[in-house]
Amino acid sequence: MATKKAAKKTPKKQTKPKAKVKPKAKAKKVKPEEKMFTIFIMGKAHKVPADATIMGAIEYAGYLIKRGAGCREGFCGACATVYRLPGDYKIYTGLACTTLVEDGMWLTQLPVIPGQRAIYDLDKLVPNVATIQKLYPEVFRCVACNTCTKACPQDLEVMDYIQAAKRGDLEQLMDLSFDCICCGLCAIRCPAEIVQYNVGLLGKRLYGKYLSKKSPELKKRLKEVKSKKFDKEYKEMMTMKKDKLKKKYYARDLES
Amino acid sequence: MYPEYMIPSLEKVAQSRNKRFELAKSGKPVFPPMSAEEREDVLTKFHPDYKSESRRKIRLGPNKGELITTEVADMLESHARIKPELFDLSSPDYETDILIIGGGGAGTAAAIIAAQKGVQSIISTKLRLGDANSMMSQGGMQAAITPQDSPTRHYLDAMGGGHFDNKPELVRALTEDGPDVVKWLEDLGVVWDKNEDGSMQVLHGGGTSRKRMASCRDYTGAIILRTLMDEVRNLPDKITVLEFMPIVELIMDSKGRCAGGVLYNIETEEYFTVKAKATIIATGGYGRLHIRGFDTTNHYGATGDGLVMAYRAGAKLMYMDSVQYHPTGSVFPEQIAGFLITEKIRGAGGQPLNIDGELFVFPREPRDVESSAIIRECVQHKKGITTPSGRVGVWLDSPLIEMLQGEGYIQKQFPAMLRQFIRYGIDITEEPMLVFPSLHYQNGGIEINAECESNIPGLYVAGEASGGVHGRNRLMGNSVLDYNVFGIRAGKSATRYVKTVKLGKLTLEHVKDYEQALKKSKIKTDRIAPVLLPSYTPEDVRKRQLTACYEGTLR
Repeated sequence: MATKKAAKKTPKKQTKPKAKVKPKAKAKKVKPEEKMFTIFIMGKAHKVPADATIMGAIEYAGYLIKRGAGCREGFCGACATVYRLPGDYKIYTGLACTTLVEDGMWLTQLPVIPGQRAIYDLDKLVPNVATIQKLYPEVFRCVACNTCTKACPQDLEVMDYIQAAKRGDLEQLMDLSFDCICCGLCAIRCPAEIVQYNVGLLGKRLYGKYLSKKSPELKKRLKEVKSKKFDKEYKEMMTMKKDKLKKKYYARDLES
Repeated sequence: MYPEYMIPSLEKVAQSRNKRFELAKSGKPVFPPMSAEEREDVLTKFHPDYKSESRRKIRLGPNKGELITTEVADMLESHARIKPELFDLSSPDYETDILIIGGGGAGTAAAIIAAQKGVQSIISTKLRLGDANSMMSQGGMQAAITPQDSPTRHYLDAMGGGHFDNKPELVRALTEDGPDVVKWLEDLGVVWDKNEDGSMQVLHGGGTSRKRMASCRDYTGAIILRTLMDEVRNLPDKITVLEFMPIVELIMDSKGRCAGGVLYNIETEEYFTVKAKATIIATGGYGRLHIRGFDTTNHYGATGDGLVMAYRAGAKLMYMDSVQYHPTGSVFPEQIAGFLITEKIRGAGGQPLNIDGELFVFPREPRDVESSAIIRECVQHKKGITTPSGRVGVWLDSPLIEMLQGEGYIQKQFPAMLRQFIRYGIDITEEPMLVFPSLHYQNGGIEINAECESNIPGLYVAGEASGGVHGRNRLMGNSVLDYNVFGIRAGKSATRYVKTVKLGKLTLEHVKDYEQALKKSKIKTDRIAPVLLPSYTPEDVRKRQLTACYEGTLR
């Protein structure tokens, strides 16, 4: 159903996360009918359930993961993994928690990604290209090879946001790097040795602090809080008998 | 892709969609919200907390005799990892002003505040900095920032959601500080979702009477925590981050004050001692204890470590009989079972539906009520949908969101959810998700006051590890706010305290005393705690792990 159209919706390619999966019994115990794949974890062969994620397969094989697991749902970037497939020269990248195993997969996790990070005082920065130049001069070494984009497990347009950084277009840098989970797979593949995710982070922070439109409503509310406008009402409710408070709660109107 | 046998049910969902759309558009409630009595009824009959085996009396410690969630009681009644007599406390390996245990939202916020005031801190974290549930919150953060809303209204919503058991002073702090936190985070560079005029984009959450859910797409926690972490890394002269080095016990001083902790390097298996004038527990929750055998939305390291350390040192716990199950955890496909499906889906108009494509509950009841209603629909009414692996769930109709909010809304507002499902051939703009409650949040914790002080001098607690803020049921978006409000408050309080305190002699006597108390209470167990990491090693592998004696670094 709808996979074709959907593939268009998530920014491009749907290669490694296979689109069609037939879920089966929980990948804990071997059942005779369960389909198994042989994969090579750090070079060692293991038979694992064919419908397992890489992280599930590593644990199924008996490893206790210390480095290489975090949120386990695709948000934290702790489980960057690289792999190759039989008869294929390519290096693939993915998150262990969301990538499914394939037969003959040869994989290793990256326990940490060494990546330089500038130290700065955000209050003293100016949101422009000169700041990027000063803090991350290597951005300008980008050769536009697009390897970072191909490596991104979030399917982000990484190269495009690096190009935006080069132009000082902080809004686009923020927008395109917004969903970045800092797994570092782009940085480890980059021939120009850029640490893309840290550039994205800087772009977001500069945009959020200096360029996003400020809320007049929030300003007003902050003044009200500061002037203790709600003090009396708080005191009333904090000392109110439970029954009375309950009545007040169930009588409150709902914004539609 | 959904299996073929689910197609008739999916068709019913599609058939009822237009009618549900018309009703939702009319602005009337799409289903009658429950009265107090109806809430009580569904909770007592279907909420997992109310099963008799869910709670038991704890046999020792400050909460002795109280009913506590069984798995938590088991964890509290366990042995320490260390032998206190092996530690020389006369020359600590590290010395600092504030020891912060946990590198999530509350811990990083506290460290930044302390650093800004010139106070040194160490953040000890079991995995990497930022490996925390804070990273995973998707939907948003509550804060009363619109003209039609007010902090006091937020207060009332939170009290009602928590069944009026919340500690009033904490709820006031939470709700009154909310607007400040929005500003503080924006000044640090958090990119909030905004309307054209710069005002904050806000949505409803379960149990809110006003739209007050501020968000960063569906990466709210990720954006906030990455900003806080980035700021921590800008302050290396003030903040030392120790990764893969959890604290496993608190250290006290001769006057009964908290004075640091024992660090454990989980890679080299060495222990170190930290002397600190103040200690902040920001260890988060316990989802990885898999209470009642539930799947969890939680982070790998969410094993409730802070609770047991604090309890051994004499800290009082509050509401440890109450567990939050998020109404919408994923149940299909199997690979993502238990994963969080953000409540923002329902905030934007998504609806839970049974096998016949019918609504059976108001979509935005407080979480415990909504979860119980979903369980009732599956267990009592038998109107759930069974997955090939035998799980059961109800539909969460997301395509309706596109009709209500306009085409492209899901891609813009729910990129994480779209990604999560498209990997398995399910396009949530066209098909619903299959959901069931998933273990989500530790409602209770170490009791604190509005200054984040526990009953132990020098011991502060912030975030999910603390108890009292949310009563016995937290509302959506109040935990992101919680870790910011109380992270900041803990940082301020500890900063004030370290300027006055003069520590006495360091001691681990309380760990010995606790061991004695276990013996005296005739508790026989081979459990040790803190748990640190859950085990997912299959049984057949464990049966072959037969090393009889253990020496050196290889088991």
